[in-house]
Amino acid sequence: MSATSSAAALVEVEGLAKTFDVSAPWLNRVAERKPRQFVHAVDDVAFTIDRGTTLALVGESGCGKSTVARLLVGLYAPTRGRVVFDGIDAAGPGGKRPDAIRRRMQMIFQDPYASLNPRWKVQNIVAEPLREHGLGASMPTSGTEARSRIAARVGELLASVGLAAADAEKYPHQFSGGQRQRISIARALATQPEFLVCDEPTSALDVSVQAQVLNIMKDLQTQHGLTYLFISHNLAVVRHVSDQVGVMYLGRIVELAGKAQLFARPRHPYTRMLLDAIPDIHMSGRARTPAQGEVPNPLSPPTGCTFNPRCPHANERCRVERPALLDDDGTRVACHAVEEGRI
Amino acid sequence: MPGPLLEVKNLRVEFAGRRGTLTALDDISFEIAPGEILGVVGESGAGKSLTGAAIIGLLDPPGRVVGGEIRFDGRRIDNLPYEEMRRVRGRSIGAIFQDPLTSLDPLYTVGRQLVETIRTHLPLSAADARRRAVQLLQETGIPAAEERLEQYPHQFSGGMRQRVVIALALAGEPKLIVADEPTTALDVSIQAQIIALLRRLCKDHGAAVMLITHDMGVIAETCDRVAVMYAGRIVEVGPVAAVIHSPAHPYTVGLMGSIPAMDEDRARLLQIDGAMPRLNAIPAGCAFNPRCPRAFAPCTQRRPDLMAAGSTRAACWLHAPAMQVAA
Repeated sequence: MSATSSAAALVEVEGLAKTFDVSAPWLNRVAERKPRQFVHAVDDVAFTIDRGTTLALVGESGCGKSTVARLLVGLYAPTRGRVVFDGIDAAGPGGKRPDAIRRRMQMIFQDPYASLNPRWKVQNIVAEPLREHGLGASMPTSGTEARSRIAARVGELLASVGLAAADAEKYPHQFSGGQRQRISIARALATQPEFLVCDEPTSALDVSVQAQVLNIMKDLQTQHGLTYLFISHNLAVVRHVSDQVGVMYLGRIVELAGKAQLFARPRHPYTRMLLDAIPDIHMSGRARTPAQGEVPNPLSPPTGCTFNPRCPHANERCRVERPALLDDDGTRVACHAVEEGRI
Repeated sequence: MPGPLLEVKNLRVEFAGRRGTLTALDDISFEIAPGEILGVVGESGAGKSLTGAAIIGLLDPPGRVVGGEIRFDGRRIDNLPYEEMRRVRGRSIGAIFQDPLTSLDPLYTVGRQLVETIRTHLPLSAADARRRAVQLLQETGIPAAEERLEQYPHQFSGGMRQRVVIALALAGEPKLIVADEPTTALDVSIQAQIIALLRRLCKDHGAAVMLITHDMGVIAETCDRVAVMYAGRIVEVGPVAAVIHSPAHPYTVGLMGSIPAMDEDRARLLQIDGAMPRLNAIPAGCAFNPRCPRAFAPCTQRRPDLMAAGSTRAACWLHAPAMQVAA
């Protein structure tokens, strides 16, 4: 479970951090004597994902889970730390991510209405990664043959997500939300990636459609041995898809554990609170204690453990000293109370 | 035994457009007893929000009620003139919408909005209304309510805003609250707080609730009875436990099976293939028949009405007495 390299690990993340400058414009800072302001969106995040498995990151809005996703695929450059993909530093020489790595990881976004260009036919949407990465270049470049090969490949990709090859001639508006998300998946699969970063891929979908998409993602994982980073705020979905789960709170991972262990024996008070907060259809009679308080403003996070104002087990040490993510009985937990054996 | 608080009978809502008329709600009938919490669940486009909008008289044109009736406390409200309906809304029927930011006016303080609402509906002096506003905010669990009255909505977090909206909905002391996806825009830990609050306050104030949501978990925790909607119709209605544990309509069965559960492991989720039909292409017979794994002859021909099915009522020919199917 440690961050050391092993043969099975496909993705290793070490000390990853991203800070955003949210200062007021220069003139306001000077005139109103405002200091510069930074948000530590992701702070010291480390994990490894083994080949063919799924790591899920859960947390509430603003906890930095989507920022981690974007850092991994290279949409943001990390402030600190590094991403190692299959033994190669993903930052590459001079900070430019090598094409060979970019091709091997793809992303699926949350909103299928915003992530597909409405003016493009599905054919072009799905074929774009093929063209971008020059995957048609090894073929004869003389027009028609390359085109028909690309069309055939697009047809294959659409079929693999349960759409018809003929759908390639349609525009995104002709599809429902679930179908659009399948198009996104087909596009992500175009370069035959090994690693897919899925940022809330089913949050915008109805439950029955969500089930269709989750089933497809599982089937594809089995067929192609895909590795997933799955971002979600829905713990029931996470429990269904993941092998390992990382719980994030205000930019940090507070608990990282195997799925069975995390759900059977949550250690961190925040994880317990989250698990307690899910309304569950099969346990309607269960008494639960609704979570107390709200997520603090990330601009001025509490000192010490950032969860301490909401934590029923917080003591003086929690208010001043930030807990490190420590091994505890197979899980990794960042909590003084767990470390001291108080809970 | 007192009669139902809200009685909806054969409600039909249509949208007239250039390319013909679309029937968005078709033959909706249900009742809500005083103090009862009825859940209305369904996927996007099933017509659940529209049902709520029809009840509070806020259907957006060209949508209009073309058939059936809505009775509140025995009085028909679906054909009231605008001004009269305006007095019913807020005073007798409160409303809570999904997005707390758009339900509050960003240019007025929270206190001013509360006082205005209270004085519109109750004969109170400005000072009394203010005291009542503080009391309402305190009831919804907003700390330092006195000071918060002077603040604007943007100074509140999402969860706190939704508490203000609940306070506003309760301000006129309505007997019924229509809550349309009140927790969908909120984080899970806040969701639980808001649901608990809604349930407690409605009990304290004796208000009935029509809770519209797509989240079966919220329904399970909160409601007494639930109505499941599909393509503009109610396909199953019954006590929450019965609908969840022994659903009678194949659509409800599929819906339940497609929800990932916290207490069991399944390699695959049950999936209903296809998607809900569009309003301009609702299949003949039972609207669910093309997706239904148990469809048989009568399903494509005649539309089933709600009929007794175990401990719930379902609109499905599987539950019809044999002769009725043959007829």
